[in-house]
Amino acid sequence: MTLGTVLQLLLNGLAVGCIYGLVALGFVLIYKTTELVNFAQGDLMMLGAFTCYMFTVWYGIGYWPAFALTVAVIGLFGAALDRIVLRRVIGQPQFAAVMLTIGLGAMFRSFASMAWGSEIYTLPTPFSAKQTLVAGVSVSHEYLSIIAGTVLLCAVLYGFFARTKLGIAMQAASQNQLAAYYMGIPVKRMFSLIWAISAGVAAIAGVLLAPVSLIDTNLGFIGLKAFAAAVLGGFGSIPGALAGGISIGLIELFAGAYLPEGINDVVAYAMLLIVLVLRPQGMFGTVGRKRV
Amino acid sequence: MRFIFKTTYRQDLGLFRDRYQRDWYIALLLGLLALPFLLPDYRVDLSLMLIYGLCGVSLMVLAGYTGLVSLGHAAFLGIGAYAHVHFTQDLGLPWVASVALAALVSAAAGVLVGLPALRMTGIYLTIATLAFALIIQAVFNRWDAVTGGLSGKAVERPVIFGVSLRDDTSFYFLCLAVLIAGLWLTRNLLRAPTGRAWVAIRDSEIAAQSMGVNLAIYKTLAFSYSAALMGVAGALFAHQVGFLAPDIFTVLLSIQFLLMVVVGGLGSLHGAIFGAIFVALLPVAISEARDVLPDWLGRLFSVFGQDTGFAVAAAVDGFVKQPGLEPGIFGLVLVLFILFEPHGFYGRWVKIKLYFSEFPLYRRATFKRQKSYARSERLR
Amino acid sequence: MSFFKADALAKQFGGIKAVDDVSFEVKQGEVFTLIGPNGAGKTTIFNLVSRIYDPTGGRLIFEDEDITGAPPHEIARRGIARTFQNIELFEQATVLQNLLLGRHAHNRSNFFKELLFLPEVRRRELGHREAVEKVIDFLDLQPHRDSLIVNLPYGVRKVVELARALCTEPRLLLLDEPSSGLNVEETEDMAFWIQDIRELLGITVLMVEHDMTLVGAVSDRVLALNYGRPIAMGTASEVQAHPDVIAAFLGS
Repeated sequence: MTLGTVLQLLLNGLAVGCIYGLVALGFVLIYKTTELVNFAQGDLMMLGAFTCYMFTVWYGIGYWPAFALTVAVIGLFGAALDRIVLRRVIGQPQFAAVMLTIGLGAMFRSFASMAWGSEIYTLPTPFSAKQTLVAGVSVSHEYLSIIAGTVLLCAVLYGFFARTKLGIAMQAASQNQLAAYYMGIPVKRMFSLIWAISAGVAAIAGVLLAPVSLIDTNLGFIGLKAFAAAVLGGFGSIPGALAGGISIGLIELFAGAYLPEGINDVVAYAMLLIVLVLRPQGMFGTVGRKRV
Repeated sequence: MRFIFKTTYRQDLGLFRDRYQRDWYIALLLGLLALPFLLPDYRVDLSLMLIYGLCGVSLMVLAGYTGLVSLGHAAFLGIGAYAHVHFTQDLGLPWVASVALAALVSAAAGVLVGLPALRMTGIYLTIATLAFALIIQAVFNRWDAVTGGLSGKAVERPVIFGVSLRDDTSFYFLCLAVLIAGLWLTRNLLRAPTGRAWVAIRDSEIAAQSMGVNLAIYKTLAFSYSAALMGVAGALFAHQVGFLAPDIFTVLLSIQFLLMVVVGGLGSLHGAIFGAIFVALLPVAISEARDVLPDWLGRLFSVFGQDTGFAVAAAVDGFVKQPGLEPGIFGLVLVLFILFEPHGFYGRWVKIKLYFSEFPLYRRATFKRQKSYARSERLR
Repeated sequence: MSFFKADALAKQFGGIKAVDDVSFEVKQGEVFTLIGPNGAGKTTIFNLVSRIYDPTGGRLIFEDEDITGAPPHEIARRGIARTFQNIELFEQATVLQNLLLGRHAHNRSNFFKELLFLPEVRRRELGHREAVEKVIDFLDLQPHRDSLIVNLPYGVRKVVELARALCTEPRLLLLDEPSSGLNVEETEDMAFWIQDIRELLGITVLMVEHDMTLVGAVSDRVLALNYGRPIAMGTASEVQAHPDVIAAFLGS
């Protein structure tokens, strides 16, 4: 195991971890605001990847305009989803909303296989098949784009939430919706906005992942590993989601290299169980308690 | 309007509310006994329906009555299936003993999931069961000695006490007997202190503790009993499917089971059965519709002219013959039920009965949902 | 031989001392009331006694046994029952099922006997049902036996909460604000029931209450709390006349 190999593993793990982190970020955003776990987040990512492919390859639009268009389309789709479907289950137990998102996820997968067929596609990007040599390690531009994209996105989101009243309004609406209404918070509009942002984040993750992973309808199952990332980071914590994602990504790749074959498939889920048993609030989360 | 007149406490304890309900169920049983002779082409599907019924009862006990939603129940089905096949085919144990042992192995797995689950609430538990199911699926993939790995394992017909059940009809009756036994045992638990403790855990853990319910014991019991039922269902499932492979017991199957209990109606055994019938027969209905629908719609639209009719038939044919349509339909059904029929089939059945029993004084607002606001479940 | 004693009880949440060195003793057969403004720590003390919280200091002694470390589900078996300030009934179950759950502490059958519903289980179930019916008669809940809790008005739910606690056959009953949300007539009923509980059923009552008329009508002794610390103890009239208590929350 040379230093070069370790650095390569580190880079790959970081890139994969960023993707997990972005999907986990989408989970956490929605959970923090609406206390709903969106089991369709991975499938939204898949739709993002397919949509970008469609714009780039079928309609011949350039990569960057297609990227922007994809994020806008999927973001609007997320807001529409909230407005039309999810608004009706507010006030019902959480279980109902979870089942709803599971059903929606299945519908998205079905729609994707009908609209775009069930073959595997590749997305041509400006950074495909380009590499740079850094410290003797060949660094693929695709991985770099993932990491750079994630950092940029997180900076933008941080600025957005830290400098506006939105962050506090989010928390209020998630803890006691009726009180939030009384305080003049436009709860419904905020929910749609958060869904739009979350869907947009999923779309960005999909587009960044596409060149590395190939596009097919099962792309959404990465969402399951992103759960592990979100739980590890602490399900209510935005920096935690990213930290959790990167941790899982690194652990997975190093496990694949050093541990017996096949363990790296399940190491993410094993981590999930371990975290839930030993420290349910993850790295950055908090545990609440009902007052009786 | 019929008034149920109660004179003894025993009436509330019994299996049936009164002798009319009992008579209806006897009639239902006779109908079920006659079914394989009335619908000979569907015997295999009907057996699957009964096996799914048992799965529905199992998940209903855990999710509907105890409130612990599991997204990984297909794992227990797989554990039961593989264990049973291993015991009866590789180790040569008698059939009944093998099924009992498979149920025990499954129950032990249930305890394994249940113990860490004591420390988790709500959505975390659901995610944990999902992770557990994914890990178990990987185990199925790799444990070649017992499961035959990715190449799968063929399953022979059941041989009980030396009698081989080669044909579909006798297998159907076996499944029916097992389902009825499972329903009876579960009903016994539900009318006893254990069942009440489970409902208490679902509705208010703190109050349950104050009443003396040991949460750890009852939650673990719920998991292991539910898993044991799934184990027995798994044994029958193995025979029904005839060939075991790890990619049968996926997350999608677990989601189908959850669909079963939600569509059927959470919180009642009737709901489990309704849901099982629905989920088992939906693929049959879809494949029938695939064959029939294009022609039928084509003939309908040929009112506007021959060409229109052909065009419509071709379009519909192209649409329904696509692979990947089935999960979409399942998803759509789930979404529609959660939005419009949250109490499931059994809820609708209850509403219909109420309408007829209160006729003409039925008030439409009886079941109208109050506008409610979301309250944080984190502080539960 | 003390019936119930709280000894230097303390509970701290982070930096906040919700309960700070509270000691009191409840004699068998009396009605002992805790009063104080909101946030004084009264319900926290109840939660400590029913072991939902762990105390950060002090001991709890019930019938000469130290229950400070007992798990929450042990409390009912030992003979302590409680009601909750914001009703914690089992919403999707009927009144009868809620009350039968109160009998859980007296459950003697095990899982396998129940699985087969042996005659022994059936006999015990009928026994539980008779005990529950006695409580239903005591509190006049007959018309609501088979109603789901979700369909019942608040006043009836409060009574069901009390009934469920009584079904446990406790020796010490913790009532958390029994008259909150009740109108004058219902509060009078509650006062009569508390007196009946003490005299007819022989149950000791430890109560948290805001309604001073109810406190004066039924209590033998009163302990006033403020910011988690005791400020006065004595009979209802003594405490109501105490200058510290008046300054803290009663007014003149």
